[in-house]
Amino acid sequence: MKRYSALAVSMALGAATTWAQAEPATSGHAGHDMEAPAAQSPAPTNMTAGGMDHGDMDMQGGSVPPDARDPHAYSGGHTLDSGKYALPGPRQLRLADEHNFGSLLVDRLERVDTSDGYATAYDAQAWFGRDYDRLVVKAEGDYDQGKLQEARTELLWGHAIATFWDTQLGARYDSGVGPDRSWLAFGVQGLAPYWFEVDATAYVGEGGRTALRLSGEYELLITQRLILQPRLELNAYGKSDEALGIGSGLSDIKAGLRLRYEFTRQIAPYLGVERAEKFGQTADLARAAGEEADETSWVAGVRFWF
Amino acid sequence: MKPYSSHYLPVPDLPRRRFVQGLAAGGLLLGLPSAIKPVWADAADTATGSAPVLQGTEFDLVIAETPVNFTGTPRMATTINGSIPAPTLRWREGDTVTIRVTNRLPVDTSIHWHGILLPFEMDGVPGISFKGIPPGETFTYRFKVEQTGTYWYHSHSGMQEQTGMYGAIVIEAAGGETIQADRDYVVQLSDWTDEDPMRVFAKLKMQGDYYNFNQPTVVDFFRDVSREGFKAALDKRKMWNEMRMSPTDLADISAYTYTYLVNGITPAGNWTGLFRPGEKVRLRLINSGAMTFFDVRIPGLKMTVVQADGQDVEPVTVDELRIGVAETYDVIVTPRDDAYTIFAQSMDRTGYARGTLAIRHGLAAAVPEPDKPEWLTMADMMGDMGGGMAGMDHGSSGGMNSMAGMSGMDHGGMAMDHSKHAMQAGMAMGGKLARPSTQARHAKTEYGPSTDMRVDMARTNLDDPGIGLRNNGRRVLTYADLHTIGGPIDPRGPEREIELHLTGNMERYTWSLDGLEFGKSTPVHFRYGERLRVILHNDTMMTHPMHLHGMWSELESPDGQFLVRKHVINVQPAQRISFLVSADALGRWAWHCHLLLHMDAGMFREVVVA
Repeated sequence: MKRYSALAVSMALGAATTWAQAEPATSGHAGHDMEAPAAQSPAPTNMTAGGMDHGDMDMQGGSVPPDARDPHAYSGGHTLDSGKYALPGPRQLRLADEHNFGSLLVDRLERVDTSDGYATAYDAQAWFGRDYDRLVVKAEGDYDQGKLQEARTELLWGHAIATFWDTQLGARYDSGVGPDRSWLAFGVQGLAPYWFEVDATAYVGEGGRTALRLSGEYELLITQRLILQPRLELNAYGKSDEALGIGSGLSDIKAGLRLRYEFTRQIAPYLGVERAEKFGQTADLARAAGEEADETSWVAGVRFWF
Repeated sequence: MKPYSSHYLPVPDLPRRRFVQGLAAGGLLLGLPSAIKPVWADAADTATGSAPVLQGTEFDLVIAETPVNFTGTPRMATTINGSIPAPTLRWREGDTVTIRVTNRLPVDTSIHWHGILLPFEMDGVPGISFKGIPPGETFTYRFKVEQTGTYWYHSHSGMQEQTGMYGAIVIEAAGGETIQADRDYVVQLSDWTDEDPMRVFAKLKMQGDYYNFNQPTVVDFFRDVSREGFKAALDKRKMWNEMRMSPTDLADISAYTYTYLVNGITPAGNWTGLFRPGEKVRLRLINSGAMTFFDVRIPGLKMTVVQADGQDVEPVTVDELRIGVAETYDVIVTPRDDAYTIFAQSMDRTGYARGTLAIRHGLAAAVPEPDKPEWLTMADMMGDMGGGMAGMDHGSSGGMNSMAGMSGMDHGGMAMDHSKHAMQAGMAMGGKLARPSTQARHAKTEYGPSTDMRVDMARTNLDDPGIGLRNNGRRVLTYADLHTIGGPIDPRGPEREIELHLTGNMERYTWSLDGLEFGKSTPVHFRYGERLRVILHNDTMMTHPMHLHGMWSELESPDGQFLVRKHVINVQPAQRISFLVSADALGRWAWHCHLLLHMDAGMFREVVVA
């Protein structure tokens, strides 16, 4: 069982990081293009979808070819605050690339219609900083009968590593019913081809605990304002944590479908349905505690950001 | 600079219409019950419409915040002498002008004389030419006017240009006006938002397509399926989705927040210029928008373009022209009917600026509907390579898209031939700088998170009017049509060639050159006195109006022939253009994309001439 989950962790992380790095992967032959037969061939019928794949792989990301141009080669030794005609003193002109921005997105704030009444769930992400390095806070959890059941809060340093991908390093703190847990977090977050938003994070906690959390979202525009959001989340653990009802291996998968209407880009109420399923030992623990191992609930909430 | 914050509320249809059309009363607060008038409304309202004209050699300009109301919501604008546009400054070639600029804002300000040749200390870029004008202080600009034509001036500080700081400059030749016309109007186009521009910027940082309400939807998909079949509809989307790029990313900011203005007047306000039938009317078109390309036409009238960026060109008669941000075009029209509409639709087709030429006030002609927005083509994504590719799926992608693709393919073939010739000729004769190089040399900083694509085989043809104007049935101006009278200012060929790539990442909303934002960059050094070739290679899917301060940019054809002298050159998506510069102006100069947010995001370089 343990081996199984370790495998799952490495496979999933592997997949995520390959995504992050490999979408660029090809390239390195910018110089060959004059000879590229595809470009010279006037015969469109030869061009297949495969050819197009090749083309676009070359256009994004990739590793730097050895003959790439030095962007500072034209400076003649001048810098922004030194050399001829530079204004005296420290550099005065600072544009938005050196300013901080920030935002808070509450992706889900919803009432969940569960088998035993209503619960409230939230899922938010905030960031503050610059384009390529920022502080990221993630918070997800749910309240039931006025009591925090389960909460995951992460404080991360987000660092851009590729066109659509950031690495995230930091700490996670779990609280709620049952003992609290702390973890170190390492993950990637970004946009996979075909606009899938992906968040994959591996965690290492006290006592040799490990965990993996994968989530993916997609935004399907039915109209400019009516948006269907399928969402999938998966959790796996390296070893069981019975105090929290967690078994080792794949513990649960949640699949949601939410339909929202964007009155503005920043305020969108939604209705949806979510299916949560527990697996393996986690499911056994749930059943032993007299709970359902899987559940389908209706949700109603609002997505907003500022 | 941000005296108010803005709020977003659901916008139902009726106010929405007023929003796009603007208030008929333009910038006035008349009719507002005094009880709800904000305190500052007691300050003098901003004057709009044809700007006051100031002429002579001594000028006093005062920068202050004054109230405006373009949409039904009172706002504060940043104005020069209390008007939008700012006063039109009329200078005479050979005069030395003195301009005292007094800052009555709570923040620093500046004025840049756009396209004017002058000592670098007078160029008005804070942090490069001088330290800016602090609150309460007066800065005196003084320089000799060495040129003629239509130009403009604007703030180079923060977002002040977006909030109203722009005006026209008209310079008459020492020997009198060379272009004869019976009437002479400045037609200054701009975009206004009630939002705080920095808030707009922050929203784009969060969501690059925030203002794009023309995105591909499921509904569009099924429409395409029913018209073209399932596979064709899928193919049309495949590459865009794979690359996480939007085919409808035509403008970062749309009429969702913008109201487009002619001389500070909303479409509903309808700025009107008068004429008598048969008169020759000169329109000095100036794009003072912060972020908007305008496609200008006057239905029923041919426009004869006689000047571009202040420089006389061999007259060319067209139905329509695209004016990039910060460009100017002078056109001559000869109206004979009672009224005509000056129609300037935004490049993304979400709205328009509108004015009227009429024989008397109160007349109006029909106002056309904006054209349907198109999808960017493969040529816009991949340059020459994309031309062929778009040709490939022309059977599947309908209408304009495929036609543009096919024409792209033709150009592609031609350009390929050029490049092969160029390379062979270069090798044979050793004159390797006779023609601009065509092979992309990407910077090593273009392979990271700051860029979302690179174009290996850019298109170089200049006879493409650009997305939305191809094959529209009208004669549309292209750069290939422009020929400056008298040829280049400097007969020398280039001694060397430098290449800069226009780069960005729409998902992160970052903009840069060679993948480096300004803060990480080093200046580009021009050796004093040299004649050099600059190549701009666009590795993005947006058109960038590139503005080099202090020196002319002399645009060349793909085979190295002089075309036109400009201060702003639009570089289309996946296009590679070249121009020659005579580095005759010592000092430090700004060089940037004139889309205000792109500039501020870091698509900006310093140039040192030394």
